[in-house]
This record gives sequence, C-alpha cells and structure tokens, in this order.
Amino acid sequence: MFDWRWDFVAEIMPRLLWATGNTLMAAGIGYVIALVLGLFLALGQRGSNRVLTTILREGIEFIRSTPLILQIFFVFYVGPQFGLVLSPWVAGMIAIGLHYSCYLSEVYRGGIESVPRGQWEAATALNMTRWQTYKQVIIPQSLPFALAGMGNYLVGIFKDTPMLSVIGVYELVHTANAIGSENYRFLEPYTLVGFIFLAISLPTAALVRLFEGRVRSKMGMN
Amino acid sequence: MQNLVGYPLELTGEDTPMVRFTNVRKSYGPLVVLDDLNLDVAEGEMVSIIGPSGSGKTTVLRMLMTLETINGGCIYVDGKPLTHMPKNDKLVLANTRYLRERRADIGMCFQHFNLFPHMTALQNCMEGPVQVLGLSKTEARERSEELLELVGMIDKKDQHPSRLSGGQQQRVAIARALAMRPKVMLFDEVTSALDPEVIGEVTNVIRALVSQHKLTMLMVTHQMGFARDISDRVCFFYGGKIEEQGPPADLFGNPQKERTQKFLSAVSEAI
Repeated sequence: MFDWRWDFVAEIMPRLLWATGNTLMAAGIGYVIALVLGLFLALGQRGSNRVLTTILREGIEFIRSTPLILQIFFVFYVGPQFGLVLSPWVAGMIAIGLHYSCYLSEVYRGGIESVPRGQWEAATALNMTRWQTYKQVIIPQSLPFALAGMGNYLVGIFKDTPMLSVIGVYELVHTANAIGSENYRFLEPYTLVGFIFLAISLPTAALVRLFEGRVRSKMGMN
Repeated sequence: MQNLVGYPLELTGEDTPMVRFTNVRKSYGPLVVLDDLNLDVAEGEMVSIIGPSGSGKTTVLRMLMTLETINGGCIYVDGKPLTHMPKNDKLVLANTRYLRERRADIGMCFQHFNLFPHMTALQNCMEGPVQVLGLSKTEARERSEELLELVGMIDKKDQHPSRLSGGQQQRVAIARALAMRPKVMLFDEVTSALDPEVIGEVTNVIRALVSQHKLTMLMVTHQMGFARDISDRVCFFYGGKIEEQGPPADLFGNPQKERTQKFLSAVSEAI
C-alpha cells in the first residue's frame, strides 16, 4: 500500500522544479503588484476626498469578503464578455495582486495610524507637504509596525498561488495534477509539492522576522 | 461664512507688528478656547504666555503654526494674513498652497520634542532644509552642524533620538526648527516634559537665542522665573482671553488683576 518510488521522484523532479519557478514568479509578481497598489489604496483611503475614500473603503471590503478563486474566475472568464481577453498569467496576476493589495492596504493603514500625531505636527512645522511627510516621516516609521503583517501576506500569497491552477497557470499544484493523471500516481507529486512549499515558506518567514529586527534597529527603535 | 469684511489685506507702516491676532476666535463645538483675542508681537520681541491649563495659551501657538483652524478673526504674520488669503479684495480662508507659503516664516518646538525617531540628530536638522528649502546636502549639513554647535549637541549629531536625554532631544529640536530660518519661533512648554536637572540646558539655549538673535519669539511656559528673566512682555491668559499683560517686572512684581494675583501666588506656593 505504501510503495514510495524514488525512481519516479527522480523522474518528475525536473518538471516540479520548473513549476516551482513558475510558482515563485507568480507569487513574486503578485506580491509586488499588491505592495504598490496596496500603498495607493491605503493613502487614498486617508485622503480628504470623501467620495474617493468611500469608494475605496467599500471596494476593499468587497474584495476582502469574497473568495479569491471567484475573483480569478471572474477576471479570466467574465473579462472576455467585456472585450477583455487576458492570458491565464495576466488574469491571474491581476486577480491575486488586487486581492492581496486590499489586505496589504489594511496592514499599511494600521502602520500609518500607529505613528503618533506629533510627527505630523513636526512635519507641518517644518512646512513639509503631505506627500513629503508620508515619504520621509510617516511611511518609514510605519514600516516596523507593518513588516510583520507584510511578511504574513508574502507567505499567504505564495500559498494561494495554486488557485491559479484553475485557469491553467502551470504552477506547482497544476503540474502535480498533470503528472498524477499521466502516471496514475499521485503520492509522490503531491508529497513533493507539499515539501517544496514548506521548504520555501519556513525560511521566508524566518527571513522576514530577521529583516524586521534589522529595520527596527536601523531606525533606532530598539 | 469665513470671508472677512473690513479686515486689511495687508498691514503696512512703520509699526507693523511681526505677529498680529485680530479678533481671533477658536472653539471646539460649544467649548470656546480663544475668545476674541487681540495680540500684537513686535519684531524681535520675546513674549511669554502664562496662565492656568485650559486658558487657551497653547492654542495661541498652535493656531500660529497653522496646526489648528481658525473660527473667527484673522492672524497676520509679517504684515500679511496667515489664516486667510486675499481674493477679489476680500480675505477668504487660506488654501493649502497659501498656508505653505506663509508658514515658512514660523518655526515651532513642542513639549514632547517630536523629533523624527528614524533619523539621527543631524538628519533631523537637515530634513527640512533639504526637502522643503531645496538646499543641497552639503549646504544643509553645514547649516545644521552650525546650529547643533550652537545648542551644544554637535558631539551627538550622529545619535538617534532614542539615545538622547529629554534635554538633549529638545536642544536638537530647537536646532531643527532654526535650520528653517524662521522669522518667528514658537516654544510650546518646551521644558514641561523634562527632568528638573536638565531644564537648565534648554533654557540656556533659549537665553542665548534671545540675547544673540533678533528672532521674534512666543513662549508658553510654566517656569515663571525663566519667563521673568528673558521676556520683553508677559501675557497672563485666563478663560481664552488675555487677562493682564505687561513687562515682566510689572506683571510679576505688581499684578493689577485679582486673577493674576491668585494665579501667581498659587504658582509660587507650589514651588
């Protein structure tokens, strides 16, 4: 019953490693989109335009309250009805980037709000603009508060990339499925995929913690 | 509703004050903090503001720094309106761009210093000159080091605020504000958060500023002895109004109003 075959492992390993590259790329691109877009969402929510802030807040709530997989399907399959034909990769990156940008915007918002009011006042007394204050004073100080959450979502987005398999992105789980159905053997590919995820997630989380400590001490906060 | 009628668009003449509060009113909901305040501060004058807490004295400084909005009246700095801007021969509430232009004349030090914790003392001083005044890093460094020298903090210029004592942080904060070359300096209870033994190092810096520089200064303080020593004029605030004002020798030595007498005797008993 439990016949683990090492020769099969050796045979499928190159394909899984290639798919690991795709998974890392998907997580990486998606995360960069989420990091940048999330910052704009967070700052936009704090702006003085009431209409804009309401739209952003409700939009973020909407995306956070619906499943990622539905959003992926929506971008990929409903898009063409509106003339928006996207490749699985592009559709997947938009969906996952947008989804995580909403979570990251909340992380940024928490970080930004944890910076004391006196810092804003000091920046005003130096006659800095709103944008200069964010860039030079507020965002750098909110970083230590936000880094833990940012790291969590880095690991989170990485673990959510298998959802892209539903629209045919050849990431790890999609590839393991394909290998399994071609060979009628699922034990090795699924087990290996699990270990690959573990082998990447654990060190990433540890690195984030290390980075957090370094940022804190560099900012003279310890 | 904030358009002002009958206020001059500009103050001119020999005796134009550096700062003028004209009928300034500030309230938070039903709570009136400043009630029809009129106050002139001449160029180079050092004015201390004293009074019980809740009398509106800190609000005076915060409004001058544009940290609070105005509910009535107008503030002028160096002859031009600060809280309002001229538009079609009327004064309307100032917009962000106008405020930025006008508040370049004003610098402020806070009770809790509010240094940027992620920057060294030197970087704190260079930040404004580089970002706001557009100075080169070299120029900004030169100016900042000169000022850190003045406040006696040049040895600690590469330290972050978390490594500095309260008195040291406040001295860096004074250098940081001066680096912007303001015409008016505001000191908001700058010694209130300090341990007694380091108050002297901050008051000595302010003393040196008063004697060596022709800065216009407004200072809110609880240190009566210090206010008496260095002020040209002392204003006693009570209930959002100036109850009594005058040269320190008169106000402290021979207060006319009963509230002033009561306040001063209560304060001297506490010491």
